[in-house]
Amino acid sequence: MLEIQNITISFNKSSKPAVENFSLYVKPGEICCLVGESGSGKTSVIRAIQGNLPVQGTVIQGDIFFEGQSLLRYTANDWQKVRGTEISMIFQDSGAMMNPIRTIGSQFVEYIRAHGDYTRKEAWGKGVQMLERVRLHDGEHMMNSYPFQLSGGMKQRVGIAFAMVFQPKLLLADEPTSALDVTTQAQMIRQMMKLREECGTSIIMITHNLALAAYMSDHIVVMKKGEITDSGDRNHILHISQDDYTKKLLSAVPSLGGHYDV
Amino acid sequence: MFKPGDAIIEARHLTKLYQVSRSKCLTACDDISLNFYRNQTLGIVGESGCGKSTFVRMAVGLEKPTSGEILFYGKNRLELKGEELRLNRRNIQMIFQDPSEALHPRMKVKEIICEPLFNFNLIKKSQMESKARELLEMVELPGSFAERFPHEMSGGQRQRIGIARALSLEPEVIICDEITSALDVSAQKMIVELLLDLQNRKQISIGFISHDLALVQQFAHQVAVMYLGNVVELMNGKEVSTKARHPYTQALLDSIFDLHMDYSKEIVSIDSEIPSPFNVQEGCPFKERCIHCMTVCKTEKPKLMEIEPYHLAACHRYG
Repeated sequence: MLEIQNITISFNKSSKPAVENFSLYVKPGEICCLVGESGSGKTSVIRAIQGNLPVQGTVIQGDIFFEGQSLLRYTANDWQKVRGTEISMIFQDSGAMMNPIRTIGSQFVEYIRAHGDYTRKEAWGKGVQMLERVRLHDGEHMMNSYPFQLSGGMKQRVGIAFAMVFQPKLLLADEPTSALDVTTQAQMIRQMMKLREECGTSIIMITHNLALAAYMSDHIVVMKKGEITDSGDRNHILHISQDDYTKKLLSAVPSLGGHYDV
Repeated sequence: MFKPGDAIIEARHLTKLYQVSRSKCLTACDDISLNFYRNQTLGIVGESGCGKSTFVRMAVGLEKPTSGEILFYGKNRLELKGEELRLNRRNIQMIFQDPSEALHPRMKVKEIICEPLFNFNLIKKSQMESKARELLEMVELPGSFAERFPHEMSGGQRQRIGIARALSLEPEVIICDEITSALDVSAQKMIVELLLDLQNRKQISIGFISHDLALVQQFAHQVAVMYLGNVVELMNGKEVSTKARHPYTQALLDSIFDLHMDYSKEIVSIDSEIPSPFNVQEGCPFKERCIHCMTVCKTEKPKLMEIEPYHLAACHRYG
């Protein structure tokens, strides 16, 4: 469904590219996790797929195909049709993407009507229904709330509701749980896995927690300094891989029952 | 293991209430008694809003408790005033969550880490360069970093500057408030190893706040689990994974993604949100979300009691 062929992303012609020779193939309904330290180019890859690299950033080599069409040749109009409906995104801090002085409902209605042909009333109903699907129990009340009235976990769930309204074929998530408590994190991950089951959405998620990646994904890609150093399924990454960097990342994940010598 | 004589700070029955409006009262901390021991780490775990930050802010002296006392070597710290209080502050230092906000953007690293020393007239201007290098070396950064500005460093490096600044006065207690939550796992591991190494060398007492129970239990000698302003369980760090009794601690343990977990099982988590800390009702604070809730839990608040040596829990099931 999504095919990234050997792309190289560069922000500055003279310096080293941010991402080099990156290839990835994602099947419908597949969950793929990108793992690596900060600065390894994970976010650049996701941004390239979504067509919103920062101004200086360009894909200088390779191509990205979404359902057989090259995303790199999309015009602004083409993107308008695809973003939000077929490819959507969950950010690290969903609170930052919302307008602080408007209610969730007014933003949600605007978002739905911008991408689909709905009346105000239909859009409101759809919004309430989506919020309840991500287990924000009182949807009507939630629609009338302002972002600052919600907790971090609730805002993040609103972010998921936004991203899932049009049942996109591809969901991109950039560290959606790293700002959350462990209990909320577990809830969010369950939510995302459920959406995959219900709608067959493919997910590409960035995380730095290998245990989390191993739990949810069918395919894990380990990145370091803009290159893929290792990739494979859970079993390969956790048990078979001989890659030093993968082993280093694995050893950094805090483990229950594991102890430092103190 | 925890000898009373080794206690540096003893917090006794600390309570903090915030009167938000005439009718609304927020209970941030409710009757908390915890001790910081020499050369030991106290880990404090809980979800956001459970009062763990408020508690350490009171211990450091940034907030005044509504009631209760804080003893520093047996002397009530709350009665100190003026110069005496100022001089006392150097014994307890704090490292903050977000290193980019805790460091002045227009100050060079050497100025940042030497500022506390100037405040207490411990070094002369001419000694700044050499002292800065010495402190940077201690946190395993190259001496050339002294001339840098905070924005020229990565998150992990900035957090090391925060540690260097906190340790420059050679305090007896340092408090770390979620210092690794903005870092990725590999940087987190290095920061924790550095802290433990420094603890070994300087015999300091560490208070480590985090929401990641898996991380804290790896190195804390004592782990306190907080919920809605209460300590619900206090136990030995090494026993968290095997002996945790309180249903809330269990719930936290269940929602951890672990490399050795059973991947065929679905992850379990408490579904509900934390209840509001305003006007807390009677009974056990955890009653709404507890799977073992009994009638007695709805009316009577359980006390923190010893259920095993060095293991305290506040739950009617073990009363």
